[in-house]
Amino acid sequence: MLVLAFDTATPAVTAALHDGERVVAESTTIDARRHGELLAPAVEHVLRESGATLKDVTAIVAGTGPGPYTGLRVGLMTATALAMTAGVPAFGVCTLDALAYSARESGPFLVATDARRKEVFWARYGDPRTRLDGPRVDRPHDLPGELPVIGAGGAMYADVIGAERVRGPELPSAGALAALAAEHLATLSEEEAAELARVPEGRVDSVEKARELAVLGPPRPIYLRRPDAQVPGAPKRVTA
Amino acid sequence: MSRRDEPIVLGIETSCDETGVGIVRGHTLLANTIASSMDEHARFGGVVPEVASRAHLEAMTPTVEGALAAAGLRFSDIDAVAVTAGPGLAGALLVGVAAAKAYALGLGVPLYGVNHLAAHVAVDQLEHGPLPKPSIALLVSGGHSSLLLVPDVAQDVISLGSTVDDAAGEAFDKVARVLGLPFPGGPHIDRAAREGSGTAVAFPRGKYDDGTLDFSFSGLKTAVARWVEAREAAGEAVPVADVAASFQEAVVDVLTRKALQACARYGVKDLLIGGGVAANSRLRAMAQERCDAAGVRLRVPRPGLCTDNGAMVAALGADLVAAGVHPSTLEIPADSSLPITVVNV
Ligand SMILES: [Zn+2]
Repeated sequence: MLVLAFDTATPAVTAALHDGERVVAESTTIDARRHGELLAPAVEHVLRESGATLKDVTAIVAGTGPGPYTGLRVGLMTATALAMTAGVPAFGVCTLDALAYSARESGPFLVATDARRKEVFWARYGDPRTRLDGPRVDRPHDLPGELPVIGAGGAMYADVIGAERVRGPELPSAGALAALAAEHLATLSEEEAAELARVPEGRVDSVEKARELAVLGPPRPIYLRRPDAQVPGAPKRVTA
Repeated sequence: MSRRDEPIVLGIETSCDETGVGIVRGHTLLANTIASSMDEHARFGGVVPEVASRAHLEAMTPTVEGALAAAGLRFSDIDAVAVTAGPGLAGALLVGVAAAKAYALGLGVPLYGVNHLAAHVAVDQLEHGPLPKPSIALLVSGGHSSLLLVPDVAQDVISLGSTVDDAAGEAFDKVARVLGLPFPGGPHIDRAAREGSGTAVAFPRGKYDDGTLDFSFSGLKTAVARWVEAREAAGEAVPVADVAASFQEAVVDVLTRKALQACARYGVKDLLIGGGVAANSRLRAMAQERCDAAGVRLRVPRPGLCTDNGAMVAALGADLVAAGVHPSTLEIPADSSLPITVVNV
């Protein structure tokens, strides 16, 4: 098994290779505005560093967010396109799941990331492998309970949620994403995996899918918000 | 370059609402597959960038599969990947650029990030053969109104003029709304105008005699709205066909006048018209008349190659390969305001 994973749903542009036992190469750059420029070179870099080529890769995994859409789409488009050329399946994994997986929490906790517009994307976990609720988007003020909060969404709103609840890491790593995916892929037959990677016909609601499905799913973005657009009224008059 | 040696180029276009994937072998068109999100934008009266970006991500894989099937090729037959790097909607461009980088990386072939406007010029070679050097190009669509001097589309494109306010296609959309015609307005105005008279109303022609090669359509659009509102205020019926025809006549008059002025000023005998508005029947007719009178040869690609498409990007990519231009790196950005002087990034 050789899993190529990357995530572009946060300011981190992160890529990694996992051989089924460990992360064999990883690259992370923090730059919220240059996902489109940084990701493909990062993929090239981790391949070169591990001495592998795309022909050796058996699965491609991208973070499905939720996260700012422009960057998010770079990762998902790259995963889908690379997988198509390599003839391997592309999977999506919720970015918050990758953050949870790298948390060092024994009890329940929340994961929250920056959703901009004074809101956070968040989900509730029973342990680092088990999402119980979410992902959702809300104001930090509306985050439930007293639970610890993993991720930048906690750190940036420490004054709202209470500094004592803030835990690291702030950003997801592709290493964690790859390890989580590898763990699940190891339990699946090739047919079962292919079924999970299959992108359904038409525009299904990926939010509902993300809330109900297993960790691995098709590489579709979790948007959580509708596009900003208003149906116009009658044309504005130019004469008074 | 012998025919068999000509490169097979995959072209990706996502600068606006069309997900375009084209495949060429040299200047031979092999596939031109398009998925449009126009239906989703229509109720908003204009292209919504986030809606377009979402649609590109959904449409890319099936569109590429469709293009490969249409060309009867496998992915491994592709020799180079070209992509629109700008200008256009930033988020929309980024989806295409990410896809193209991944295809190039995955296939181990060179990547060419190209200028959308230069691609509108290059595409005509798929239909009418090599472009005379130099040519004048008039590009008119919902997003652009540009006059270009094109010494060599693969290396050297010079801007002679452009709109100072609305794009020509934008004026069509806005006037269509005023007349109660659907979005996008171009085809509807063209159709309505066939029943009307282009001389019924003398609408203003912006920058007609100002000596520049720039355009202005904002004043015209406002004049149409004012004229229609005056009719409505007087309780009279609006003669939609006459207004559409007179508006269209004003736009087409200015566009062709300035295009022929550019030909005369630079001593160029070949004029190319591209972009979505090039599908307008009155523009084609008047351009032909005026070119004939001036001894200028007119080239207008068929409508499917005039509107945004992937074949135009592939065509320019093939020119860049043939010219030995250095490929792009995997770091290239999508540049929403890429200047026309930059043919490739
Ligand atoms: Zn265009």
